[in-house]
Amino acid sequence: MIKLRNINKSYRTEAISLHVLKGIDLDIRQGEYVSIMGVSGSGKSTLLNILGILDTYDTGEYRLNGTLIKDLSEKQAAHYRNELIGFVFQSFNLINFKNALENVALPLYYKDIGRKKRNAMAMEALDKMGLKDWAHHLPSELSGGQKQRVAIARAMISNPKVILADEPTGALDSKTTVEMMGVLTDLNRQGITMIIVTHESSVASVTNRVIHLRDGIIEKDEPFVQEQKI
Amino acid sequence: MKNFFDIDRWQEIWITITHNKSRSVMTAFGVFWGMFMLVLMVGAGNALKKGIMSEIEGFAVNSCFFWTQRTGKAYRGFQKGRSWQIRNNDITVIRQRVPELQYLSPMLFGGNTSDQNNVVRGEYGGSFELNGSYPEANEIQTNRMLFGRYINDIDIEGKRKVCVIGERVYEVLFPKKENPLGSTIRINGIYFQIVGVSQALSSASIGGDPKTTIVLPFTTMQQTFNQGDVVHFVAATAKPGIKVKVVQDKIAATLRDLHQIAADDKEGVGSVNVEDQFMMFNNLGLGITALIWIVGLGTLFAGAIGISNIMLVTVRERTKEIGVRRALGATPSNIVGQILTESIVLTILAGIGGIVLGVGILSAVGLALSQGDQFFKDPQISFTTGIGALFILAVIGTLAGFIPAQRAMMIKPIEAIREE
Repeated sequence: MIKLRNINKSYRTEAISLHVLKGIDLDIRQGEYVSIMGVSGSGKSTLLNILGILDTYDTGEYRLNGTLIKDLSEKQAAHYRNELIGFVFQSFNLINFKNALENVALPLYYKDIGRKKRNAMAMEALDKMGLKDWAHHLPSELSGGQKQRVAIARAMISNPKVILADEPTGALDSKTTVEMMGVLTDLNRQGITMIIVTHESSVASVTNRVIHLRDGIIEKDEPFVQEQKI
Repeated sequence: MKNFFDIDRWQEIWITITHNKSRSVMTAFGVFWGMFMLVLMVGAGNALKKGIMSEIEGFAVNSCFFWTQRTGKAYRGFQKGRSWQIRNNDITVIRQRVPELQYLSPMLFGGNTSDQNNVVRGEYGGSFELNGSYPEANEIQTNRMLFGRYINDIDIEGKRKVCVIGERVYEVLFPKKENPLGSTIRINGIYFQIVGVSQALSSASIGGDPKTTIVLPFTTMQQTFNQGDVVHFVAATAKPGIKVKVVQDKIAATLRDLHQIAADDKEGVGSVNVEDQFMMFNNLGLGITALIWIVGLGTLFAGAIGISNIMLVTVRERTKEIGVRRALGATPSNIVGQILTESIVLTILAGIGGIVLGVGILSAVGLALSQGDQFFKDPQISFTTGIGALFILAVIGTLAGFIPAQRAMMIKPIEAIREE
C-alpha cells in the first residue's frame, strides 16, 4: 500500500540546511493500523505531510497504491489526495462558515459529484457517526468530539484507501479521546489503512504497530501484539 | 476545473459570500459607491446636456441672425457711434447678392405700447409681444402647429390682418379651450383673425418668449403699425452643403456696404449663427461628459482597488480554509476560479446595487424637476450606458480578483496542517 525507500528531506534557508528526514524506509500494508510516535522535531509531521502528498521529498521513492509519488503537478497531487487519502487534523480544520453537512460534502464537490448525491452521501456519513441531527449546525455549535467526528466523516466520504490522522485527539479530553479511538478502530476494522501521528502512548497503544521516529530516522518499529492491549 | 456554468460552482460561491455577510458587504461597498456616483453623475450630466441642447433645439443649425448696432468706427465722414436701420430694400439686395442663402425672413418686433392689455378677445385679455415675420421664419425656427397654419405668402402679398398666436396667448384668450381658428382678436386697437396656434420647439427665442408672442405677416405689421420700411431683425439659413459662416459673412458684408459701415467694423452689424452656438454647446456637453467619465471611472477604479485590497486581506485570513480545500482535493485552478468568481460576483452584485439606487434617485429627482427649470432636463442614463457599465464591472471584478487569486494559488495545502 505504502512503500517508502530511503526518503530524505531537508529544509533550506539561506543560512542553514536542516536535514529532517534521513533515509526513511517504511512499508505499510493495506488495512494496517499504525501509529507514528516521536517528540516534536523528530520529523513525524514532515513524514505525515509527505505521506499525504502535502509536501515533497528530496531523494528516495514513495509509492502509494502502486503509483510513484514524485514530481507531481499540483493538479495531480490534488487528484491523488482526493482519491486516495483522507485527512483528520488535530484542530479539526472544518470550514467555519459551512455547516456539518457542507463540510462533509466538500471533497465530493472537488470530485465533481452533483449536489443532491453529494448531500445524500454526506448525510449517510454523518449518520454513521451518529450526527444526523447535527447536520445543519455550524462547527461553532458543535463540541470538540462532534467536530472531530464531522472531520472523520469528511475524511471518509470519498472512500479513501488511507486515513492520515495528525494528533487527532490532541484537542480532546480523555473521555472523548477514548471514544474517538473507538471510532478510528472501527473504521480500521472495515479495512481502511489508518496512520495516526501522536505523542500520546495511550493512543498509540490502541494501534497494531508503533513506529518511533527520532531525529529523522526510524528508531523502533514494533508490532503491538494483542495481549499488550488491555 | 469545473464547468463555468455548473450550478454547483455558483452555489459554492454563493454560500461563501452569503455566509460571510459583513466581509462581503465591506468588500463590495467600494464598487457599490463608485457605481452609484457614476450613475448619478452621468444622469446629471445627461440632464445638463439635454437642458442646454433644448435651448437651441428647433433652430435650424445652419441659421444666422442680424440686427443693427451703433457703428464702432468712423467711416466716409460719418462719426463712430452712429445708429442705422435695416430697410426693406436691403432684403432685396441681400437676396440678389447672396445666392448661397436658402431662407430669409426680415422681422419686426413690437410690444405693448399702452399700460393696459394690448390684446383683447371679448372679456379676456393680456399683454403680449408682437412679431412680424415671413413664412420662411417657420423654416428657421420650427414651430409645431397646435391649430391651423403658419403665416403664408398670400398673407404677405395681401397684407392680410391675420395672426398666429403662441400657446400661452391661446390659454389666456381661450380659457375654455375652444377652437380659435377664425376668431378675431384686437391687437393694439386693430382687429386680426386667428389662423393658427403655434408651439415653439425650443425654449430660446428671437425677440421674446414664443409662448407669449403673436406672429403677424411682416408686411401687415410694417404698414398697420406705421413702421415705414424699417426692418428690426433678419434671420437666414444657408443652402444645404454650404457653411452658414459663409452666408453670415456675405450678408453682414452686404449690410455694411449698403449702410456706409467700415468693412472691418466689428460692431455695426450685430450677428450670430447657430452653428457656432451649437458647436459651443456641443463642446461644453462633450467636456461635461468627459469630466464625468474620468471622475466616475476613477471612483470605480478606487472601488476596485478597495475590493482587491480587502480580498487580499481575506485571502490571508482564509489561508487555512484554502489549505483545507487544497488538502481535500481542490486544484490550484479550482482555488483561482473560486476567488476570481467571488470577486466578479461581488463586483457585479455591488455594481447593480449601485446602478439601481442611482437610477432610482435620478428618477425621483427627474419627477421632482419635471415641472420646473428647463436647464436640468430628464436626468437618466441610457440602457446602453447601463449595459456598458455592467461590462466594465465584469472587467473590473476580474482585475480586482486577479492579484488575490494569484496569492491564494500560492497557498500550499500544508498550510492546513500547520497549527497556529
